[in-house]
Amino acid sequence: MTLETPAPIDRVSMGPSEASLGVRALRTVRSTPPIFLILLALLLAIYSQAPTYNFVSIFKNGAALAILAAGELFVIVSGEFDLSVGSLITVVVTMSATIANGDPSSTPMVFAVMIVLGVVVGVVNGFIVTRLHVPSFVATLGMMLILVGAVNYITGGTPLGNLPANFRMFGRDAINNFPVLGTLPNSIVVLFVTGLLLYWLLQRSNFGKRIYAVGGNSRAADLAGIDVAGTKTLAFVVSALSAVVAGILLGGYAGVSVNVGNGYEFQAISAAVIGGAALTGGRGTVAAAIAGGLTMQALFALLNVLGYPPELRDTVEGVIVIGAVAYGSYQLRNAK
Amino acid sequence: MTDLTSLRPKTRLVLIGRKILRAGSAPIFVVLGVIYLLASIVVSVANEGTLLSIDALESVLSRSVGLGIVAMGQTCVLIVGSIDLSVSYLISVSATYSSAIMNDDPNKMALGVVVVLAIGALVGLANGLVITKLRVNPFVATLGMSFILSGVLNASFQDYSGAVPDQFQYLAYGYFGPILVPFILLGGVVAAVWILLRYTTMGHHMYAVGGSEEVARLSGIKSHRVIIAAHVICALTAVVTGLYLAARIKSGAPWIGPDGNYSLESIAAVVLGGTALSGGRGGVWGTLAGVMILFVLDTSFNSLQVDEFLQNVARGVIIIGAVAVYTYRINKRRR
Repeated sequence: MTLETPAPIDRVSMGPSEASLGVRALRTVRSTPPIFLILLALLLAIYSQAPTYNFVSIFKNGAALAILAAGELFVIVSGEFDLSVGSLITVVVTMSATIANGDPSSTPMVFAVMIVLGVVVGVVNGFIVTRLHVPSFVATLGMMLILVGAVNYITGGTPLGNLPANFRMFGRDAINNFPVLGTLPNSIVVLFVTGLLLYWLLQRSNFGKRIYAVGGNSRAADLAGIDVAGTKTLAFVVSALSAVVAGILLGGYAGVSVNVGNGYEFQAISAAVIGGAALTGGRGTVAAAIAGGLTMQALFALLNVLGYPPELRDTVEGVIVIGAVAYGSYQLRNAK
Repeated sequence: MTDLTSLRPKTRLVLIGRKILRAGSAPIFVVLGVIYLLASIVVSVANEGTLLSIDALESVLSRSVGLGIVAMGQTCVLIVGSIDLSVSYLISVSATYSSAIMNDDPNKMALGVVVVLAIGALVGLANGLVITKLRVNPFVATLGMSFILSGVLNASFQDYSGAVPDQFQYLAYGYFGPILVPFILLGGVVAAVWILLRYTTMGHHMYAVGGSEEVARLSGIKSHRVIIAAHVICALTAVVTGLYLAARIKSGAPWIGPDGNYSLESIAAVVLGGTALSGGRGGVWGTLAGVMILFVLDTSFNSLQVDEFLQNVARGVIIIGAVAVYTYRINKRRR
């Protein structure tokens, strides 16, 4: 329960060597969401155990979850849940394989179909939540059942077809001869571009400001003339589209199966929450949510390096999720 | 309230009828009846079989009773305005540890049951304490607990562990007089939770805390205790479900809870029965109807031999539809 302690330790070790600089540094560390310190501590721990560890792989394999978490964050900040993203990933991977069936020329068309599908799922989720007033937990749970059932019905339980190479390259291949790193996996480029776009959308655009307003106090936002239903619906669309991108990456390196997306909805919510997002809405940042997703992957790598059974990752993850939120709510109470 | 005994019998019946119809859980039973009728007609036309043939009953029995028991606990948790996502893995913990401890030895049956009940009480207590004292959102707290249990479980067991003795399987297959023991088990849990919610102070406090924790606390209710109690009850029902499943399949396996998707299914059943996710409203009868609706759907889809995956689609649509109707009715009443 005390896993949030890395933060205080780091603060102490900074030490006020030069008063003004030290104080400033201390302030920077204090204002940094603890997730970055946790991620840094994990990476350092891996480095101390295995200096030759392929750190790029953490970012490569964590990219899908990080993107998903950043998309889910939009819905969480707006004060809702999206439990349908995991099943949407499964739909994207299996349906793409069925439609493309190994034909490289179909890839642009498949991408277009998947993006349309993402928009439709997001709009339907948003419609059910905002117009039918069904709590988002139930609405997206229902959507999850519908998507899982549909994909299994269409594929008959075993996915047909396969993904062409130019579809899989996003999650699987890498840019060779990249300076410093040697190779740069494409998924990291996708993560970077998507991350920047989502950052701009949530924290720089007017749409983002509306999401924070709606999540902070939807009644006040409504009275201020904000289209609450429209804003929430768009947040669901962003979340669904991030699931489409995550599905394209996962299809690249995880391959085609009917359970490829299992559990990703809870992983994404956990990642966003570890990154300081409040499930009551109104709080959270894209960078911290992405760091949350990468932290999960780093944790997996660390347990691997230490030789612990990989199953224990779940346990440590659970403790970190609870600890991070307990720390966040403690801070919030102190701030009041 | 009119004194019913002073009225003519006919008026009295009408009034009682209206009262039943207006009771919170009545509409869902009407829905249940309609779905059951439709399903029987479709099944008998298409299949020339009966809806509830013994075989069909057998195949869904396990799921229904297991889901029903844990859904009762989930009802308490949702009534106090909380949620429990950790029951899936707690069910697995209960099934695997109990059958590992019993290890086919009838003398260790009591030990196995007591140990897993103690584990369940601890898990519920931990959930409740994290939510009330550390102020962690219940969704996150119990999701974190489910991660913790999943890790421990998968690190300790890879496959079926131990076995329950034959005597213990009485719980799943035995008859008490003409009635199957699982039905008695489910009936017992339903009755216990019903009495708790309807006739005890703790039950009334649960509704109060779910309605508004702040108001309940200011009126002198120890709201933290109430929330913790609800979580302990829910964890205990999950343990009972785990014991029942262990008795049914003879041995516990780490995947039985998550494979049955009991966390989300139990929440779906409770919500289908009219208990609000926001707390303060609902009860056992609605939940029982919710479980039975899922049961009728399963049975009719099975005997129609419709692709089982379409069941999920139907479930999703029905769950969303039911809750949309509930919120519509509430909003209409408010206006």
